[in-house]
Amino acid sequence: MRVGLFVTCLVDLMRPRIGFAALRLLEHAGCEVVVPADQTCCGQPAWNAGDRATSRRLALKLIDEFDGLDYVVVPSGSCAGMIRVHYPEVLRDDAVARARAEALAARTFELTDFLVNVLRIEDVPGGFRGSVTYHDSCSGLRELGVKAQPRALLGLMPGVELREMEAAEACCGFGGAFAVKFAGISTEIATRKCRSIEATAADAVVLGDLGCMLNIEGRLRRLGDEHTRVLHIAEILAGEDG
Amino acid sequence: MEIRSNEFKGRAVFAIHDASLQQALGKAREGFVGKRAQQAAELPEFEQLREEAKALKNHILDHLDHYLERYEQAVTAAGGQVHWARDAEEARTIILGICKRVGAKTVTKGKSMVSEEIGLNEALIDEGMEVVETDLGEYIIQLAHEPPSHIIAPAVHKTKDQVSDLFEAAHGGPRKTTVPELVDEARRMLRDKYFRADVGITGGNFLVAETGSSMIVTNEGNGDLTQTLAKVHIVTSGIERVVPTLDDATLFLRLLARSATGQETETYTTLSTGPRRADDLDGPEEYHVVLVDNGRSRMLAGRFREMLRCIRCGACMNHCPVYGAVGGHAYGWVYPGPMGSVLTPLITGLDNAYDLPNACTLNGRCASVCPVKIPLPDLLRELRHMQHQQEITPAMQRRALKLWRFAATQPRLYHAGERIAARLLAAIGRKGRIRRLPLASAWTDVRDLPAPAGRTFLELWQGKRGKS
Ligand code: SF4
Repeated sequence: MRVGLFVTCLVDLMRPRIGFAALRLLEHAGCEVVVPADQTCCGQPAWNAGDRATSRRLALKLIDEFDGLDYVVVPSGSCAGMIRVHYPEVLRDDAVARARAEALAARTFELTDFLVNVLRIEDVPGGFRGSVTYHDSCSGLRELGVKAQPRALLGLMPGVELREMEAAEACCGFGGAFAVKFAGISTEIATRKCRSIEATAADAVVLGDLGCMLNIEGRLRRLGDEHTRVLHIAEILAGEDG
Repeated sequence: MEIRSNEFKGRAVFAIHDASLQQALGKAREGFVGKRAQQAAELPEFEQLREEAKALKNHILDHLDHYLERYEQAVTAAGGQVHWARDAEEARTIILGICKRVGAKTVTKGKSMVSEEIGLNEALIDEGMEVVETDLGEYIIQLAHEPPSHIIAPAVHKTKDQVSDLFEAAHGGPRKTTVPELVDEARRMLRDKYFRADVGITGGNFLVAETGSSMIVTNEGNGDLTQTLAKVHIVTSGIERVVPTLDDATLFLRLLARSATGQETETYTTLSTGPRRADDLDGPEEYHVVLVDNGRSRMLAGRFREMLRCIRCGACMNHCPVYGAVGGHAYGWVYPGPMGSVLTPLITGLDNAYDLPNACTLNGRCASVCPVKIPLPDLLRELRHMQHQQEITPAMQRRALKLWRFAATQPRLYHAGERIAARLLAAIGRKGRIRRLPLASAWTDVRDLPAPAGRTFLELWQGKRGKS
């Protein structure tokens, strides 16, 4: 099974170890992983800013790069959602491109969704010990139905105790450009999320989208929380050295 | 009403620092969200009802002209009169005309968002009429000279203490401090107005084509008194509120209260059909319906048609993190929250509400609770596309996007730039974070920026592959 890994622009720049963790998980499950070297961004920022022309260009680029692979796996709910839910819409005016987008959408999965529902893995390499709370990132949850999958995977780890926070499904206030355009409102929402996390007293908050991760970690630290670790689900599943 | 949606940012900051507003919002958030979830969980067919309601609304919108004509015929047959208003001004003129003709001095009003939309109260007051809002929430904000901050709970931004103050100032002491006392006092003040009213104006949750009835739901019964005790009853409603049959209305009723307040059903569901008949014990002498278009047929013809499914339940704002942080007044016009961020630019003009479609994280919770499944985030994004096309978005943003497109479509250039950025950011980072970044101060003023590792994934991966 040849699986294309789309690491996403934020992971590539900010947290490469999440990319390696995803790679390890896929290889651990027996996949042959391909990483197209020219990949950049899925075009989500342009799409959400109202720039259809740019999102079109980037969608076509990505579709070309991941052509011919059995699956495309993405360690981010919002980027996977962009490809699966929005690409056909981005390319709605062009029947041929739209058909290609739909074919790609059908083969594209968010990482935990892929591990649970396609690979059906029953063990993970990570050895994390401690309590964690899981933040449901909005796009993964509502566009792709990612909810049970990360919890099922955490359930495979004997050392992990899951403590659900209040309003785990509430937005963290990131929203891409929203976080800087409306920084005050974003902060207010992020603070509420931080309080829910802290109330669980978990050792780590775990999530599946880098945007939310930067926002939550950034706000937690600014509020003076130095101890709650902020981890991507791939990092915890693959083990720290991933 | 004056449109102040372009002041969103400033008003939002103000709201975030308003302690009593935050206290009121916190309470409302907990109440509405929890109760709706409970109702949805207790009704096994709830999700199916949403699907059916969406389909039925789509059917109605596909045949809107037909149902509106049937409705008009039925109203006329029942002895009432239907008036068609193209825009807010026409609607005001029609209503003012009726009020003046009957020599109205006192006008009572049930809750009606359309009447807010057309700026009715100011117009009536300018003509020297006494206008009395009879919904408790509307009554409170009328005393405070404020617009509603929520479509079903107009005074949700007020704390009990603030209401005590308002009542004391308006009614004279002694100051009441408990909720029952306050409600009693409002009820006493309103009783007399109902009997004095020349005209009673209500909204219409549903207009039933088969019978010519208008249907309203309230929790206070104030709508009943408004429409039965005045000499003239005027219903104001948007053209999209028509439903084919009474049966159809019940489908929406099952969703409305559960989605809005988390009740199984509202306390009062009232139908009114034409003026008083010879053998009726009470009822108005005249019955009018003012059907307001005000941009709706334009929506019907375009990409925002789905917005016309809205049954004005307020669930989207109850579940919206942005509304939850800033409340309804920040939105600057009549409709707040996600539905307002779609409707305001569509009704008042794109450049009158630039911020609203952008003041959204696209988290999608609104759409996941909307009883008629309106894809609100998609509609907001569609508005952003229109802003971009019409060059309403700031030139800076458009330039930045162009530059970014240039880079992101040229992998070698992009990756080279990224490698520089990764190294720079890593170098400024201390203890894994950046506390201040001049060009990104909107981020670093309020949160740290976790520092990157210094090498990008792709370069590390290529390095590893090169070795193996
Ligand atoms: S958009 Fe949907 S959730 Fe919002 S008020 Fe309208 S019907 Fe209710």
